[in-house]
Amino acid sequence: MGQQQDIYYVPSRSHWPIVAAVVLFLTVFGAAHWLNAEPGDSGFGKTVITIGAIGILCMFFGWFRSVIRESLAGRYNHQVDTSFRMGMMWFIFSEVMFFGAFFGALFYLRNYSVPWLGGDGHGVLTHQFLWNHYAASWGAGGGNGPEHVGGTFGTVEPWGLPLLNTLILLTSSVTVTIAHHALRAGHRGKVLIFLGVTVLLGACFIFSQANEYMEAYRELNLTLHSGVYGATFFMLTGFHGLHVTLGTIMLAIIWLRVLAGHFNKEHHFGFEAVAWYWHFVDVVWLGLFMFVYVL
Amino acid sequence: MAHAATQDHHDDHHSAPKGFFRRWVMSTNHKDIGTLYLVFALTMFFIGGSFAMVIRAELFKPGLQLVQPYFFNQMTTMHALVMIFGAIMPAFVGLGNWMIPLMIGAPDMALPRMNNLSFWILPFAFLLMLSTLFLPGGGPSGGWTMYPPLSLQSSSLAYVVFAIHLMGISSIMGAINIIATILNMRAPGMDLLKMPIFVWSWLITAFLLIAVMPVLAGAVTMLLTDKYFGTNFFNAAGGGDPVLYQHIFWFFGHPEVYIMILPAFGIISEIVPTFARKPIFGYKAMVLAIAAIAFLSFIVWAHHMFAVGLPMGAEIFFMYATMLIAVPTGIKVFNWVATMWGGSMTFETPMLFAIAFIILFTLGGFSGLMMALVPADFQYHDTYFIVAHFHYVLVTGALFAIIAAAYYWLPKWTGHMYSETWGKIHFWNSVVWVNVLFFPQHFLGLAGMPRRIPDYNVAFANFNMISSIGGFLFGASQLIFIGVLIHCVFFSKKKATDRVWEGAKGLEWTVPSPAPHHTFAIAPIVRDEELAHGHVED
Repeated sequence: MGQQQDIYYVPSRSHWPIVAAVVLFLTVFGAAHWLNAEPGDSGFGKTVITIGAIGILCMFFGWFRSVIRESLAGRYNHQVDTSFRMGMMWFIFSEVMFFGAFFGALFYLRNYSVPWLGGDGHGVLTHQFLWNHYAASWGAGGGNGPEHVGGTFGTVEPWGLPLLNTLILLTSSVTVTIAHHALRAGHRGKVLIFLGVTVLLGACFIFSQANEYMEAYRELNLTLHSGVYGATFFMLTGFHGLHVTLGTIMLAIIWLRVLAGHFNKEHHFGFEAVAWYWHFVDVVWLGLFMFVYVL
Repeated sequence: MAHAATQDHHDDHHSAPKGFFRRWVMSTNHKDIGTLYLVFALTMFFIGGSFAMVIRAELFKPGLQLVQPYFFNQMTTMHALVMIFGAIMPAFVGLGNWMIPLMIGAPDMALPRMNNLSFWILPFAFLLMLSTLFLPGGGPSGGWTMYPPLSLQSSSLAYVVFAIHLMGISSIMGAINIIATILNMRAPGMDLLKMPIFVWSWLITAFLLIAVMPVLAGAVTMLLTDKYFGTNFFNAAGGGDPVLYQHIFWFFGHPEVYIMILPAFGIISEIVPTFARKPIFGYKAMVLAIAAIAFLSFIVWAHHMFAVGLPMGAEIFFMYATMLIAVPTGIKVFNWVATMWGGSMTFETPMLFAIAFIILFTLGGFSGLMMALVPADFQYHDTYFIVAHFHYVLVTGALFAIIAAAYYWLPKWTGHMYSETWGKIHFWNSVVWVNVLFFPQHFLGLAGMPRRIPDYNVAFANFNMISSIGGFLFGASQLIFIGVLIHCVFFSKKKATDRVWEGAKGLEWTVPSPAPHHTFAIAPIVRDEELAHGHVED
């Protein structure tokens, strides 16, 4: 039996996948119903979304609980660990491609569609026949298209809150790395401090981003409806903000797991996976800061 | 690393768990999940096929015969969505699930629970999508490509977008699992360049899936926000551009086309050597050709949009890049033929389907080359010529490969031989009627008949009637397949040997037939002479 300790762990049957499929279905079914709801709808869609969303939280809790128990029972050998690492790496790659679609849209809109509507290059006929008054430019004054969709708006000044947010995220990447080194050196107290700081920095980022959104809506009249400028601004920063929020929750859970003593010097893939995710979120922000705010 | 830890999952190590729910719904077994995928794909194939029958029935004669135009448009849209995401892709994933661990000597997929989730998302996604047919306003009717602004008019958009999100999650998780399995779970001695080409084809396909499914998710998310949340991505008045959607969609869509054909290449590369009793000709070239096709798939997307009004420079770039694909594809076709050359061939049903694949897929490839030419494409665009083209590559290509694979591995899965006579009847009926169905559509397209229109000029009447007759008989021929499958699984008395086919090589043929519930719990020692490609270094 000695050799079998190194067998690849194939879990026995589990009910979590079917639970996950059902709650995912409920969430999107409710959402689709809600989006198509007539005025005076009974609110059926919202009820189903709520049930689905609570179900998703319970599913994650239960599924990860069984994974953590298996991990603590020592069932995951080196090869299983490698599978997890590959899984996380390729998941992050898929996230990169998701953001790629929105960055691609930004570059296309900014460099092609808006200038073409303004009479540049091959789209000149649209300009002549439909909107020959339109002088294209990006940002305030032209980025909401020839019909001036959403009205006059101002843009967020990059060297204020966005710069602060950049510094917050870059610092948090450093603190999470310090925490990782401390974990490998076995200094649990130091891990808790620096990981805790990372969680707080993440929370600060979300708070400051929320402030920026409020300022954009209330004072700049920059909204989701402000033509393609508003659409790309809010969709890119919004999806990023969502990822920061998820990342912060994940970091907080890892903080609790460090507190519970789940990790040791060698085995702490959960920590590393979340740290990778956090660095990914950080890198996406640098792209956003550059292409959405500064340029 | 306790004994107790490995003890409890040993209980069901050698036999399948009892009870339907426990075995199939809670499964973590790559073979059971593979079976689920295959049964699901077969079901979807008949649902999507019934939509195709409605289309061909309506087009049997000119004039509006059976259905209203709006319902006809729902049928063309749903036929494509169901066949692509419900039949072809899950069938390949099912084959990968079943065969990859067997081919590389792994105990299971790398992440077995996630594997089960990948599958179980799919029935719910299709429940969501098919339910729109029964909702007020009906199903999506703007074509499977969902071009705005047309697609934004339908109230079913939200359902379809969310269904696509679910399918995307399923595909990405499935692909991650396959990559982790292939890169991390190979038995000692199974070097990358000794892997069966089917495994190689899936490794590269999985990479494509992870790279482009999120892009599709992004594109349909923009549709969703444009319709429901007031963004202007595809609205020119707000600075947007409907063509932007086409760019993002086809950046997904073209690699998607290869997601549906690369595993087919892998299957054919397994079957041809077995029945020619020769190793594959040019193993490394075959692997490199798949990789080259995958790379090129990222830089050719705009050939789907030649007629939309692109700048001249873009048209020329995408035209030449597209024509480049003929080079690696030509290498593959040449190598399959060279594998057969001088072999001692027999023509069992899988081989018949494989040979039909090689000939008819090549035909579909040639019509693709014709459309790669920008000036010519202005005439072919959105006509029945393109319909004929992609049905040649997807039906006689992807689908024939899947059917070939089913016949090839069915004895290994069930432990019984299928009926060779009925298999051949199925083959000859399929191959004749599929050509009666699709070949006339080339002429219809060249003569100018537009696709996705329920009525047509009487000048097109004869070819449409021929095509419809071919369609009905091709559809009916597939019922023979169901008969062969049911007979093989439940009634066949003829036991399959472990090797099954005289010329079969590879690890999957070293396990008993039917393959036990768990295989390779302890990694096998791989010897080169067992492998189809053991001597590649020579």
